[in-house]
Amino acid sequence: MGLRGDAAIVGVAQYENERRFSGEKRFFTEQYAELTRLAIEDAGLRKGDIDGLCCSAIQETNMFAPATLAEYLGLHVNFAEIVDLGGATPVGMIWRAAAAIELGICQAVICAVPARPIPSNPNPAPIDHNRVFMSTSNNWGSPQAEFDVPYGNVAQNAGYALIANRYASLYGYDEKALAKIAVDQRTNALANPNAVFRNDPITIEDVISSKMIADPLHVLEIVMPCAGGAAVLLANKELAAKGRNRPVYVTGFGEHLTTKSTTYQPNMTESPVGPAARSAFAMSGKSPADIDVVEPYDCYTITVLLTLEDAGFCTKGDGIKFVSDHDLTYRGDFPCNTSGGQLGAGQAGLAGGMTQVVEGALQVMGRGDERQVKQCDTALVTGTGGIMSEQSAIILEGA
Amino acid sequence: MELDRPLPIPTPTTQPFWDAIDNHQVSLQRCDDCEMFVFYPRSNCPHCLSNKLTWQDVSGDATIYSFTIARRPTAPHFVDEIPQLIAVIELPEGVRMNTLIVNAAPEDLKVGLAVTPHFKQIGDRTLLCYEPA
Repeated sequence: MGLRGDAAIVGVAQYENERRFSGEKRFFTEQYAELTRLAIEDAGLRKGDIDGLCCSAIQETNMFAPATLAEYLGLHVNFAEIVDLGGATPVGMIWRAAAAIELGICQAVICAVPARPIPSNPNPAPIDHNRVFMSTSNNWGSPQAEFDVPYGNVAQNAGYALIANRYASLYGYDEKALAKIAVDQRTNALANPNAVFRNDPITIEDVISSKMIADPLHVLEIVMPCAGGAAVLLANKELAAKGRNRPVYVTGFGEHLTTKSTTYQPNMTESPVGPAARSAFAMSGKSPADIDVVEPYDCYTITVLLTLEDAGFCTKGDGIKFVSDHDLTYRGDFPCNTSGGQLGAGQAGLAGGMTQVVEGALQVMGRGDERQVKQCDTALVTGTGGIMSEQSAIILEGA
Repeated sequence: MELDRPLPIPTPTTQPFWDAIDNHQVSLQRCDDCEMFVFYPRSNCPHCLSNKLTWQDVSGDATIYSFTIARRPTAPHFVDEIPQLIAVIELPEGVRMNTLIVNAAPEDLKVGLAVTPHFKQIGDRTLLCYEPA
């Protein structure tokens, strides 16, 4: 079942994460084109090699995004996919691209996620602020509009806080252990020149004395939104052999989801990354002990804790002890979110999850610079959309 | 900017739920085929996809499954309601729902706390809120 492991990440690109974007604003089509150019250059391949694309929603057009991009970039593609899995979108793109390559319908697929601001519209359509609730739909007929929004369960903070408090009631809670996740990842961010917090070390005391947003979540346990963008180019074995990087093969994947609102999760503290990671491990023939570097989606500290448990690095309920007992920095015994993750490097919209794929690939390629983990051949990257709603996992292995 | 407090707008499928709430009664759909209770109201049972669902009045009594205290508004529309006691409650019929806890202090909330319906009138809509039993 699943992938043979014949499709590889061969090139990556990312924009610097910036809290205040300083460059010239470009449309998503333009950013997608530039990120693609950078990824091809990084791979040492040619534009003509690309015959597949994956994208997320494009701001300039609310439909026909793949065709719009193919036309804009002048690509002739046999595989055109838009992925709509929130923060799990990037990991979802990678396995879809790998599967398309293994099916033989294309040889190289670009997966790019623009996340810089677009130019200001000289004739903006008026925004009805009464109807805008971020990632929670307030459209009439949407269950969220009727049964989430009126009760304040809007966007992400409340949902993740609900998960954390439920977890605390079942397994106990140690806010210092949760804070340590943010602190260790921040240490990693100090070694990542693209991170928004590359110059700002923090302590556990800083985290637990930071502003409470939704109990028990402090502001330093929540990602900082920023501008950025990232792209990954995948190719078959033949093209991978011509590239200039160590090919990073996608040897396993999984994806699982069952609800949009966390309220209706069968069990709020057992996240869909469990079945997603089990599938990825089974497909690749690897186990958690084989993984050299873990890049778990980290919109919140509690997301990392649940992901480490559900992906099988420790048993359910032992996450607090696990993160307390291990050094999660790139120098440590359990390298985790080695570029700082999104907590340390910033969350550039949907590209946040792609920066974690990029980091997993860079580590396996041996291009982690100051933060390079020694002997890194295998990485696990997970994606999380919504409130641990849709989750995906991939295993990357060096050739 | 003055924002309207968001309120539910019933659909043809959910109208009976909100009509019952207007009458201070909690009513849930129950599947005629698999006999499971269903929330939120749907056209088809999420357990077996049967389209035969019948409304049934229940006590509405519940326990807190989880909660949070929003110290900052989750959306600017709720700025006047901070701190907001956001909870997910579980009914003995086996369904969960979002609610707001009223007539309680933040420190009163805990997982497992017994709560009972509090029908809160906001404008021309009644919301199904909860208070400690």
